[in-house]
Amino acid sequence: MTELLDIFLNESFWTASLRIATPLIFGVLGALLCERAGVLNLGIEGIFVVGAMTGWMAVWMGAGLWGGVLVAALSGALFGLLHALLTVPLGLSQHVSGLGITLLATSAASFTYRTALPDVKSPPRITPFQPLDIPYLSDIPFLGPVLFQQTPLTWLALAMVALVWWIMARTPLGVALRAVGDNPDAVAAQGLSVYGLRIGAVVGGSALMALGGAFLTMSAFDAFFFGMVNGRGWICIALVIFASWQPGKALLGALLFGMFEALQVRLQTQAGAVVPSQVFLMAPYVLSILALVFAARRADYPRALLKPWFRGQR
Amino acid sequence: MEKPVILRLSGLSKRFGSVIAADHIDLDLHEGEVLALLGENGAGKTTLMNMLFGEYTPDAGRVLVRREGRLHPLPPGQPQAAIAAGIGMVHQHFALAENLSALDNILLGAEPLPALRRRLAPARERVGRLMERSGLAAPLDERVGALSVGERQRVEILKALWRDARVLVLDEPTAVLTPQEAENLFTSLRRMVAGGLSVIFISHKLHEVLAFSDRIAVLRHGRKVSEMPTHDADRAKIAAMMVGEEIAPPERPPASPGEEVLALEGVSIRARSARERLDDVSLRLRAGEIIGIAGVSGNGQGALAALISGLRTPDRGRIRVAGRTMRRPSPRNIIRAGVGRIPEDRHRDGVVGAMSVAENLVIERLDAPEVQRRGFLRRRAIRANAERLCHEYDVRGPGIDAPARLLSGGNIQKLILARVLDLSPRVILANQPTRGLDFGAADAVARRLIAARQKGAGVILISEDLDEILALADRIFVMHAGRLAEAPGRERTEIGLLMAGQMDAPLAASPQKARP
Repeated sequence: MTELLDIFLNESFWTASLRIATPLIFGVLGALLCERAGVLNLGIEGIFVVGAMTGWMAVWMGAGLWGGVLVAALSGALFGLLHALLTVPLGLSQHVSGLGITLLATSAASFTYRTALPDVKSPPRITPFQPLDIPYLSDIPFLGPVLFQQTPLTWLALAMVALVWWIMARTPLGVALRAVGDNPDAVAAQGLSVYGLRIGAVVGGSALMALGGAFLTMSAFDAFFFGMVNGRGWICIALVIFASWQPGKALLGALLFGMFEALQVRLQTQAGAVVPSQVFLMAPYVLSILALVFAARRADYPRALLKPWFRGQR
Repeated sequence: MEKPVILRLSGLSKRFGSVIAADHIDLDLHEGEVLALLGENGAGKTTLMNMLFGEYTPDAGRVLVRREGRLHPLPPGQPQAAIAAGIGMVHQHFALAENLSALDNILLGAEPLPALRRRLAPARERVGRLMERSGLAAPLDERVGALSVGERQRVEILKALWRDARVLVLDEPTAVLTPQEAENLFTSLRRMVAGGLSVIFISHKLHEVLAFSDRIAVLRHGRKVSEMPTHDADRAKIAAMMVGEEIAPPERPPASPGEEVLALEGVSIRARSARERLDDVSLRLRAGEIIGIAGVSGNGQGALAALISGLRTPDRGRIRVAGRTMRRPSPRNIIRAGVGRIPEDRHRDGVVGAMSVAENLVIERLDAPEVQRRGFLRRRAIRANAERLCHEYDVRGPGIDAPARLLSGGNIQKLILARVLDLSPRVILANQPTRGLDFGAADAVARRLIAARQKGAGVILISEDLDEILALADRIFVMHAGRLAEAPGRERTEIGLLMAGQMDAPLAASPQKARP
């Protein structure tokens, strides 16, 4: 018991939680944006991979770090656009298209990597984002290291939470987005473009997802590995339900998962002799499922989620 | 003096596949005029209005709107252009986002999208003024999902007024309202018309058309068959024009009720939402009578129907069919006890669309010896049964082997009637049996129900259409907020008050505000 307390009192635990949560924050926000507009985007897992690959590769080929972030976002947006075109104006199955995008994006990333680097044994490294050491602020006990020794991408993720919340709650665009995920007929009857709003939301959301991937290669690690996304996208799809499609709760969900994950690593080192390590590895997922079981029963799904809308058909 | 034309539909045509929904329709609307558009289902009313509003692109013809003293054509297929020209549309199925507040719905699309923040205070003030001027009140900060149907409709109209509508189009505005709510709506509309608004409203309720409109246009099969000032119109003439032939209401010989066939004793069903709740409901149905259950939809009719169909088990109270208490009601037990069920949503709950007409006709008794022997279907007997029933009940369509989903709504309903009535049930539960049917099919359904009553069946008729209840029912009950009360008489206003929960009937308890 005291060991558990030690973990929670240690600032490095909280720093790690926030770091682990960062890609999930991007991912959940992206999924939230798509689903609020009525489109499920199961392409998320593949878009993570693409973001991780293109962002890293852009930097490796000589772009600046922020240039890499931009490239990652654009490539995510591109796959988002494909998903949007298939599911919004064409009204195809969002499940099938999304899973297709994941397969396509994952394979395309591998293909590009292999073609660009045919002979390398170990993946080339880049100089990733470094933790920002802000004078004075980072010296605040406890909070300082947790909040102010993160890389700029973590800061960007937190800023995105605020931005998405502001757009959703406080701008006419947010009202229109929420409406189009609830009743597209209402949006069309007011003379707004259902297709425009939905495509825009999916493209924007996918760009955010790709940033989650880019964080992995450009901040958490310094190179691209196959399989490094490792189901993070799927976790985001679950977290968005946990979050009831609200940005604030999305942050909370991502942090909770980050905490489980950080806890898991620490418990493994301390109790690894008694309990097999695999138990700890699966703990975060089991806990996510449990959290979801309780949250999803009250979940208020966007009413038009998964439902295609066609012009001129009421 | 004739007021100037504010809106002109000129030669509008629209075809869906092989169906001509609108065939060169010309129509003028004058300033400050109320024009009623009458017609049966499928006559083309809604299609015409959707072209007017730019939701459909017409195959031919134009919409012209008066601006600065001259008529200008609207670009086809652009709702935005129609809104900008001052046309406001209130759809039958409200176009509201339920997760947004009433105010958000009113402002949706009226605010420029690229904006960092919203200016709600002036908007709220202006909506307040509009509400005051029009007499339409709605709680602005409530989520639309929590509003009553009447309130939602007011939000819809306010939406149009916010966009400075000069022409308001209402598609069957009273279909979901109690008589009192309808009366209030017309009072408000009259006020707005006096203030210069022009109104087109679609309806097939003749009494409100005669009471409220200035001019009547009748559509049939996509054509305008007649147009006249309302003061020259009379009921019988208009009805005949809508249908294209004279239809006499079905005869209802006096009832001679026999022994009890169905009884509910203090039945309650607990549920979170009002539409699924029943609260201490008691009812006795006797052989040879029709009990009509009136009420605004969403007041527990669904729960009552589910209960009598065996789909819900009561949390409290008892249900007795033909003298036997149903200990464990289930669809199977209920059917065996002699209850025939005509479900509300005939496409979803009445037939299995992918299965053939013949199969659908035996689907409620797959274990009967006429249908199967040793676990194998008797295909020939099933087809013979279908041939006979389709002939007897006049079910028309592409044949008994065709999937049931290819039948029209009226023929699906005849199929269900055939399946139910052929077994001579003791109790018939008819939930909205004529909704969405045209005159001919509805008339056939009504006659069949009366015939079943003459043969000694007890009928529960749940309907939102008070006219239908008044025409068919021997006794009338009203549902409100999960409670059931017998109407003391057959007076329209009295029943209306019960429907709104504004009057205590002898059996009813404390009235509550309807929140369907």
